[in-house]
Amino acid sequence: MLEIKELRVNVEDKEILKGINLKVNAGEVHAIMGPNGSGKSTLASALAGRDYFDITHGKIFYEGKDLLELAPEDRAREGIFLGFQYPVEIPGVSMVNFLRTAINEMRKYRGDKPLPAGDFLKLMREKKKIVEIDSDLTNRSVNEGFSGGEKKKNEIFQMALLEPKLAILDETDSGLDIDALRVVANGVNNLRTPDNATIVITHYQRLLDYIIPDFVHVLYKGRIVKSGDKSLAKELEEHGYEWIKQEVDAEV
Amino acid sequence: MDTLEALETADKYIDLFHQNREQIGEGDPQFMQDLREEAIRSFEQAGFPQRKQDKYEHTHLEPVFNEDLSFHFNPREIEFDDEEIFKCDVPMLDSHVLMILNGFFYNPAGSNLQVLDNGIIYGSLKEAIQRYPDLVAKYMGGNASIQNEAFVSLNTAFFQDGIFLYVPENQEMDKSIQIIHLLLSDKNQMVHHRNLFVVERNASAQVIVCDHTLSPHMFLTNSVTEAYTGENADLDVLRLQNEHNNSCQVTNTWISQERSSRCQHGTFTLHGGMVRNNLHVKLKGEGAEINALGLFLIDKNQHVDSFTVIEHDSPHCTSNQHYKGVLNDMSTGAFNGKIHVHPYAQKTEAFQTNNNILLSDMAKMHTKPQLEIYADDVKCSHGATVGQLDEDALFYLQSRGIPKDEGRLMLMNAFATNVISQIKQPVLQDRISDLVGKRLRGELSRCNNCAMHCQD
Repeated sequence: MLEIKELRVNVEDKEILKGINLKVNAGEVHAIMGPNGSGKSTLASALAGRDYFDITHGKIFYEGKDLLELAPEDRAREGIFLGFQYPVEIPGVSMVNFLRTAINEMRKYRGDKPLPAGDFLKLMREKKKIVEIDSDLTNRSVNEGFSGGEKKKNEIFQMALLEPKLAILDETDSGLDIDALRVVANGVNNLRTPDNATIVITHYQRLLDYIIPDFVHVLYKGRIVKSGDKSLAKELEEHGYEWIKQEVDAEV
Repeated sequence: MDTLEALETADKYIDLFHQNREQIGEGDPQFMQDLREEAIRSFEQAGFPQRKQDKYEHTHLEPVFNEDLSFHFNPREIEFDDEEIFKCDVPMLDSHVLMILNGFFYNPAGSNLQVLDNGIIYGSLKEAIQRYPDLVAKYMGGNASIQNEAFVSLNTAFFQDGIFLYVPENQEMDKSIQIIHLLLSDKNQMVHHRNLFVVERNASAQVIVCDHTLSPHMFLTNSVTEAYTGENADLDVLRLQNEHNNSCQVTNTWISQERSSRCQHGTFTLHGGMVRNNLHVKLKGEGAEINALGLFLIDKNQHVDSFTVIEHDSPHCTSNQHYKGVLNDMSTGAFNGKIHVHPYAQKTEAFQTNNNILLSDMAKMHTKPQLEIYADDVKCSHGATVGQLDEDALFYLQSRGIPKDEGRLMLMNAFATNVISQIKQPVLQDRISDLVGKRLRGELSRCNNCAMHCQD
């Protein structure tokens, strides 16, 4: 589904990603872990198409297409979803208008007719249950005045509505209390199918107790320095990142 | 050089006045004749404002007044199809529609002045001046100063007609008044028209003013609106400007408010070449409230300058100003907002916000808040921003499959929304919101098509 080859990314002339290789197949859950500043969020942004940095080298293939050639909206319409670490507040744009526009743009891309208003509302009600989102939130402006937990739930709610093939969740667990974490994780698990894939980016192992990964990768200094199965996450939980840092730094 | 040319331009108008003295305000009662003479004398002394004058530093109007423009002292016969043009209404808003064509009251089929049993009067100002000279004299020119106000002076000297609205004590208009200023000519033309609204104690009225150009000629409009609200009266005046890019419009609105009166004034500029909107509000009585809104959307070489003066003359008055602008291409804008709190105006609450979005590198916005506070127990604030669309918000929308252009539109609409949402009448809120949306999408034709015209 997704193949990243030798991806190098500069932010303001500083190399943040130094040759990333990653392959994700349908049905898989990949966790990308790593200490602060290792390049996790840059990788997520590069996949979604944010343009504040330069891609200096490498390729990303998504379902056989050259992803880097696609505009952010086209990546979304091809089925990529980014759950933001810091969801943006957009005063004056109502949640309903935002979601309906998003869904209908997706449908238009696939050649479907816009969803009738009644069906749309029904769909919203249905998906709200998955993330236990407060009804009132959908009557407000996008993320405006939402608490940290509500913002993250809102990301998963959007994911549920848009039904992506590849979801990238960027530190969706940060700033969540244990109840909110469980709700978010349940949402993600409920949306899992053999046809879609998830990349979970996180600093902590905690989330991976709820979303069980097939693969765990450790990102450090812009490279994936270690890959393994879920036991790698456990190991990181017990020993922290220090031992990996030492291993890598010793090689250099 | 500047000054010399300005002198010459000013002379042109002084001569125009004296040479046509007989025709100007033919049949005027004495008070009106005196007012016109005084106005032209005042103009003679002050002349056109110069660029170095603070007040007009961003909008130089004298050259426009020096253009070769025709001016008419009597209505000309213009052929057009009323039916087509005058289907101008806001859906679901049942209003009394009054037309001003090239500065003259236009109602070929009906009477010029409606006088209702409850004492309400509305219609042609010219007719009102002749039929109710004492009533009009009480208010006319009492508020719109001709001292050092070149454009008010010129208007006072030259205006031919306009709308008079009088709502006596304890009366209420059954419907809104909708005034449509139409410009339609076969040559370049100048128009001075004048409106006078008087809403007495405990009375209320809503007025919608639409400014439109219907032919592609160059138009210069210099309009004055005077409004008075008596004690505990309510008045809303919303103005929708939709003129073509080859037009110039100077509006001068003077509002005077007595004790506990409430006023909303909104200016929505959808199109126009060069626009200068002056708003002067005098909060004369305790507890009076003004809510002033402004929104403009401009591109190409358009220019919109909003100039406001709010005078807090009494204690416990409240003023809220919220002005916003969206500028694209090489367009330019200015906002100058003055709040003047007099020493005895304690417990004043005065707030002002001016936010602007520049969509291109070439667009320019000048914004200047001016607070002059001479009382010590007041709450005042002001804030001005000039920025771009929020890139993070735009990316967020794109990341959900919304194309960039559509996302920009959503953000611009959102930007406009918090001014529009303050409009008191929900029907007008919807209508103006719809028009702004259409304008942003480029679907609103800028002339030959009444903006309030319902096409859906």
